[in-house]
Amino acid sequence: MNAVVGIGSSPKRKEDARFVRGKGTYVADIKRPGMLAGVFLRSEHAHAKLNSIDVSKALAQPGVKAVYTGEDMKADNVGGLPVGWGITDKHGDPMKEPPHPPIAHDKVRYVGDAVAFVVADTIEQAQAAAEMIEVDYEVLPAVVGLVDALRPNAPQLYDDVPNNLCADWELGNSSAVDAAFENAAHVASIELVNNRLIGNPLEPLAAIGEFEFASGRYTLWTTSQFPHVVRLLMGEMVLGIPQHKLRVVAPDVGGGFGVKQFHYAEEAVVTWAAGKLGRPVKWVAQRSEGFVSDAHGRDHVTEAELALDEDGKFLAMRVKTLANMGAYLSTFGPNIPTNLYAPLLSGVYQIPSIYCEVKCVFTNTVPVDAYRGAGRPEATFVVERLVDMAAREMGIDKIDIRKRNMIPKEAYPYQTPVIVEYDSGDPLGCLERSEELADVAGFEVRRAESASRGKYRGLGISTYIEACGLAPSRLAGQLGARGGLYESATVRVHPSGAVTVLIGTHNHGQGHETTFAQIVSDRLGVPFEDIDIVFGDTDRVQFGMGTYGSRSLVVGGAALSQASDKVILKGRKIAAHQLEASLEDIVFEDGTFSVAGTDRKKSFQEIAGAAYVPFDFPLETLEPGLEEQSYYDPVNFTYPGGAHFAEVEIDPDTGIVTLERYTAVDDVGTIINPMIVEGQLHGGIVQGIGQALFEHGVYDPTSGQLLSGSFMDYCMPRADNFPQLVIEPHSTTCTHTPMGVKGCGECGTIGSPAAIISAVVDALKPLGIAHVDMPASPNHIWNIIRNARTPVAAE
Amino acid sequence: MRSFNYHKPDTLDAALALLSGNDEALPIAGGMTLLPTMKQRLAAPEDLVDLSGLPGLADVAMEGDILVIGAMTRHADVAASPLVKEKLPALANLASRIGDQQVRHRGTIGGSISNNDPAADYPAAVLALNAEIVTSKRTIAADDFFVAMFETALEPGELVTAIRFPLPEVAAYMKFANPASRYALAGVFVAKTTSAVRVAVTGAGPSVFRASDIEAALAESFDATALERISIDASELMSDIHADNEYRANLVMVMARRAVALAQQSG
Ligand SMILES: Cc1cc2nc3c(=O)[nH]c(=O)nc-3n(C[C@H](O)[C@H](O)[C@H](O)COP(=O)(O)OP(=O)(O)OC[C@H]3O[C@@H](n4cnc5c(N)ncnc54)[C@H](O)[C@@H]3O)c2cc1C
Repeated sequence: MNAVVGIGSSPKRKEDARFVRGKGTYVADIKRPGMLAGVFLRSEHAHAKLNSIDVSKALAQPGVKAVYTGEDMKADNVGGLPVGWGITDKHGDPMKEPPHPPIAHDKVRYVGDAVAFVVADTIEQAQAAAEMIEVDYEVLPAVVGLVDALRPNAPQLYDDVPNNLCADWELGNSSAVDAAFENAAHVASIELVNNRLIGNPLEPLAAIGEFEFASGRYTLWTTSQFPHVVRLLMGEMVLGIPQHKLRVVAPDVGGGFGVKQFHYAEEAVVTWAAGKLGRPVKWVAQRSEGFVSDAHGRDHVTEAELALDEDGKFLAMRVKTLANMGAYLSTFGPNIPTNLYAPLLSGVYQIPSIYCEVKCVFTNTVPVDAYRGAGRPEATFVVERLVDMAAREMGIDKIDIRKRNMIPKEAYPYQTPVIVEYDSGDPLGCLERSEELADVAGFEVRRAESASRGKYRGLGISTYIEACGLAPSRLAGQLGARGGLYESATVRVHPSGAVTVLIGTHNHGQGHETTFAQIVSDRLGVPFEDIDIVFGDTDRVQFGMGTYGSRSLVVGGAALSQASDKVILKGRKIAAHQLEASLEDIVFEDGTFSVAGTDRKKSFQEIAGAAYVPFDFPLETLEPGLEEQSYYDPVNFTYPGGAHFAEVEIDPDTGIVTLERYTAVDDVGTIINPMIVEGQLHGGIVQGIGQALFEHGVYDPTSGQLLSGSFMDYCMPRADNFPQLVIEPHSTTCTHTPMGVKGCGECGTIGSPAAIISAVVDALKPLGIAHVDMPASPNHIWNIIRNARTPVAAE
Repeated sequence: MRSFNYHKPDTLDAALALLSGNDEALPIAGGMTLLPTMKQRLAAPEDLVDLSGLPGLADVAMEGDILVIGAMTRHADVAASPLVKEKLPALANLASRIGDQQVRHRGTIGGSISNNDPAADYPAAVLALNAEIVTSKRTIAADDFFVAMFETALEPGELVTAIRFPLPEVAAYMKFANPASRYALAGVFVAKTTSAVRVAVTGAGPSVFRASDIEAALAESFDATALERISIDASELMSDIHADNEYRANLVMVMARRAVALAQQSG
């Protein structure tokens, strides 16, 4: 396809040419000369003192080059893993931030905590040697549950973190909220759990460290969504490697979902070990290892209340959440249940006052951090469940109560009581269209038909909003971010007119190589095939904050758009010189520079060539070359949103929930590539439904063992769990991003869990059920049905 | 995985010779259970004897009134076999629902029953159909074969060569799959012959077992309504994060009723 491919069309994805042929290059595919294999020995106990570690037998095994422990790293002054975002508690104190050594010393705090690292010629030798390490553990009582961890006599993870409380955080005006509750006609309340999730990207984590003596430079190949940030965190703060002496490469990465946007201990350990051994060292997580070495997501316990007037209008909301941090703070751990959660509690509604309190709690579990949606699915779940609850208690239809309280289109920009100001949106428009597509009017007929077969059918709704395009640096800084959140792009035009884009975001399934090429093709009129998108290598790309929080198009695409504008301006200057006209008279359209009102013109390719052959350039005013760079820092978040309807059928004999229909109408702003947007929505919705129906990270409450530690026990959603999803965009234009885009990567995951649970609860309406915790698994639902049918005598 | 010696004998005698007296040797059929255990370093045989080169072990044929299925027959081949579909459709149907495509194209009936996973599907069929297990040494009745969780009557070095299925009047299998693994949370195989009704349950207990109360009720009246007043004792069933024992007890009855209904339809 040697043509311009503009905004709004759906070319096949450029990257798929290599992926569908199995020709991608993932970290595990990379082989370096003299490369050694590393294996971690991980704690089998949730909480224990490390009395001693005897590595002598392991060291004597064939092929073994080294066995490192936490003490070795400590002796080398290796630092702890840093936190990228600090929060301040309600009393003005900083959060408790205990050290997080890459390999544990003194104590282990969760099953999977690294205890030693074995390096050998082959992986089999390293595995065999790891089994020979003798660890003297003094097992301590463990605590994994949020409520349990705050109990007075709970096991303490840290001597200097009383009650395992990392921070007691708040947002909003509690006295205004209290006053509103006093005058309310009705108060709806709910207690709910947001279940722990394990991300499980298709490609497990992997890392290779290498040290080159001659240049004194380190290289880390890693499965990361943000290589520049890893360079910053690991280089500066953990290993003390100057930035110009460290290259971080994140090549093809097989899915991230947030799991790969943290700086992991394993990255630091392989890099450090490579320096010590003078040979490259590779670690690839085993599939089951990933269950305990990848950060987990969600894990909240919440009590929430909504105050309403007699007409069902919302007056105020009060939310109290316990959020699990796991055993250590992961890179963004404390930011997720606070700054990315509480500001979303207004949903798509006008709620005059909101107060939210979040206690961040340490437990003997894998660290918890961002996972697709990160804070926003949790907020949406609270708001939407509470709205359903209020509708039910007040006898108002659940669609109607939403319409009564939605922010009308004309009310944008809308300032919420929880920091954020929504720039644009049309929640009612989304809802009305979704209602039509979902055939809500025909639902009762379908419900009756199910009932005739002895099945319960339910219709669920979720009208959600999210904040994405992370993030305005100024605001982020005020909220505790320890770095800016802009993005950068360089547009390098070659003498032929072909273009290489160097961008700081990272493509790991989102189709950036296609979408970004479309933007450039559209802007510069360059054929789609002539554009390459480069990312993921700190030696090639100037800088970047990476891909997460639905930010790549919103922030990275904006930088790219601005850099393209600069290229056009420079091109016009060259054209003005070449065509002997003034700059003001040069117009650029459809890949051609021309003198307005004449037939004098030069193609983009001709101007690119001229830029590099400046024989007669007026050098005082015109530099040779055609390459421009832009850094874009957003002025606000963007606020995609939408209205989803789910329809489920429940078999009361087995409790199994079958998804019958799913309809999503989403406002993602301007759409560059409709096919990719649809794919993102599909993936997101399915992932959210995974949380609602299937996925559950479960720990044994006493031993602290992870019971859902493999795909035999951790239930991933599969294609046969789904009907064809009905998806339609209903876009409003973002008022502050260059192309009007809002982002779409997390929408589905944020909107869908609440829609599913709303449907399950609706199905069980005949039994008087008001709420169901996730996942709505067969045994769970069967228990609810059985208990409702045969009420247990009060104790 | 630890390193091992790989053998691919081309006669049964050669395979038996490799296995005999060697505690560190294991036969491998489809490898769908054995390989993952080796990767996790839970099994570490020094010698692996691949059965896929042995002649005649993957045949499906009628011998008189008996359907004989070779131990090395893959699940996918049982599911697709015109002979099995005609003579014992319940078994073809069971095989078509084991695991996923990949597993069905590697895993074998001999491997499955030798492994005797408490949640595997085939053991329910073998037990309910009162099949005979033919080994390199003898013939074992199904009632004697499945001893306990992951334990069978097989002696070290003894190989399953075929399973002999007498044909029932009607039979059906119903499985409620574990949503994660898709093994059986409860699977019930119901088989009615001219002389008896046999019902075997997998997934619910520590090992496949016959449900005598259900058998008795169905012997009186082979109809799903005959099971309405029957329940099964939950105390001997398993509990885990997917299903507690009471839920499993319920599932057994639901699957039993559905299996009887299906058997009646097909019969
Ligand atoms: C993802 C997945 C999903 C699955 N889902 C299901 C399911 O839903 N239902 C189900 O029933 N099963 C399921 N299985 C198991 C599958 O059916 C396997 O095929 C079966 O457990 C073992 O058969 P195999 O031929 O692969 O045996 P192998 O793994 O090769 O061997 C298993 C054991 O039996 C021994 N053995 C093998 N053949 C013989 C023989 N002829 N004589 C004596 N000993 C022998 C081996 O030494 C080994 O100890 C699943 C497996 C996987 C990986």
